[in-house]
Amino acid sequence: MKLIKSTIAILAIAFSAAGSLSADESLQVRNCTWCHGTSAQGFMRAPRLAGQRDQYIENQLLSFKDHIRDNPRSQQYMWGAAANLSPETAHDLAAYFSTLPPNAADDGDATLAPAGRAIYEEGIAESNVAACVVCHGPNAEGVREIPRLGGLSYSYLKERLEQWGEGFHAAAGPMPQIASTLSPNEIDSLASYLSFVAYDSAQ
Amino acid sequence: MKIISLRLALQTAIFAIVFAAAGRAEVRGAAEGLQGKLEYCKTCHGLQGQGYRGYYPMPRLAGQQPKYLENQLRAFIERRRTNPVMFNVAHVLTPSMVEALAAHLRELNPEPYGGAPRESLALGKTIFEQGLPESNIPACSACHGPEAKGNNEIPRLAGQLFWYTEKALTNWTKERGQGSAQDTSAIMVPTTHNLNQSQIAAVAAYVSNLK
Repeated sequence: MKLIKSTIAILAIAFSAAGSLSADESLQVRNCTWCHGTSAQGFMRAPRLAGQRDQYIENQLLSFKDHIRDNPRSQQYMWGAAANLSPETAHDLAAYFSTLPPNAADDGDATLAPAGRAIYEEGIAESNVAACVVCHGPNAEGVREIPRLGGLSYSYLKERLEQWGEGFHAAAGPMPQIASTLSPNEIDSLASYLSFVAYDSAQ
Repeated sequence: MKIISLRLALQTAIFAIVFAAAGRAEVRGAAEGLQGKLEYCKTCHGLQGQGYRGYYPMPRLAGQQPKYLENQLRAFIERRRTNPVMFNVAHVLTPSMVEALAAHLRELNPEPYGGAPRESLALGKTIFEQGLPESNIPACSACHGPEAKGNNEIPRLAGQLFWYTEKALTNWTKERGQGSAQDTSAIMVPTTHNLNQSQIAAVAAYVSNLK
């Protein structure tokens, strides 16, 4: 009787563990979600993967592996994580995460969002700041290899924009050039605005 | 000694300029300058002016006819061509800057952007060179030139992004078509109406590969 009870307990543990990985039982997904969150919505400084464009995720995984994306956190975490990734696995992981519906982080400064929206949609022609909308789309949804920005976390967006201006990930043209035209306040505004952009399932 | 100190002064001056240019503030300070504007154009239109496929297709400007570029920039300002982003961009350009930018872009000659579908290039070539008389479609080459290089107000089509030409021909009357004394885009209205979607794709693909 005692034995049966403990067997049930073990089975219960096994099933509950399986439940948290219910979407995909592959070990690779679990390796990602340790940092990116159990539902891949991003966690702490690790960006959301859910709903990201599959070609973008795949390209980034390969660029971590090839050390082309060389931001400090990329070097610290992703270079190792992607070191032994096969192109097929990168492809499959990208396909999986892109299908998960994303939630907006909503963690920017709401008072800066209108200014961020204006830059996103219109640019600032006087100071040669490009309008983000022309590549990233009207709802910041991204397309093909161009990433979805809507609803990513404020801190992640801010850090990426700052680091392009500092010379990291220099191969990702034209972003280094664009980010270097942005003032710290403009980066704050853009990152704030984008953190609130909600997912539209039609896009 | 005098020569040495002059050389030293010159070197110091060069260093100072280089270091100042590296600063972010200087980049913004140069925004008024031609070089800054040119880089601004190329941010979206490709680092060599070859065009770029973002969420929206951004046309190739390299090798474009200056007269055409000037007309289109004016059309954005006068809202004859609807594009909120280009409206803002065109608004801050002085006529002399437009002239200088157009002259520079004219000289660029990068490879075509590529990526067009290949299955109907033969039909595209026929439409471009001979037109489709039964559908009242004149040969594109009659006005745009046998090599699609354009002439004055008539734009170069050679190497233009497939997706841009396709969109322009599909949405012609929505996006332009009103024309003006200098802007001849109204001429294209009947032709764009007579082309069906697969003919548009064919001719857009064909010209996208021309150098």
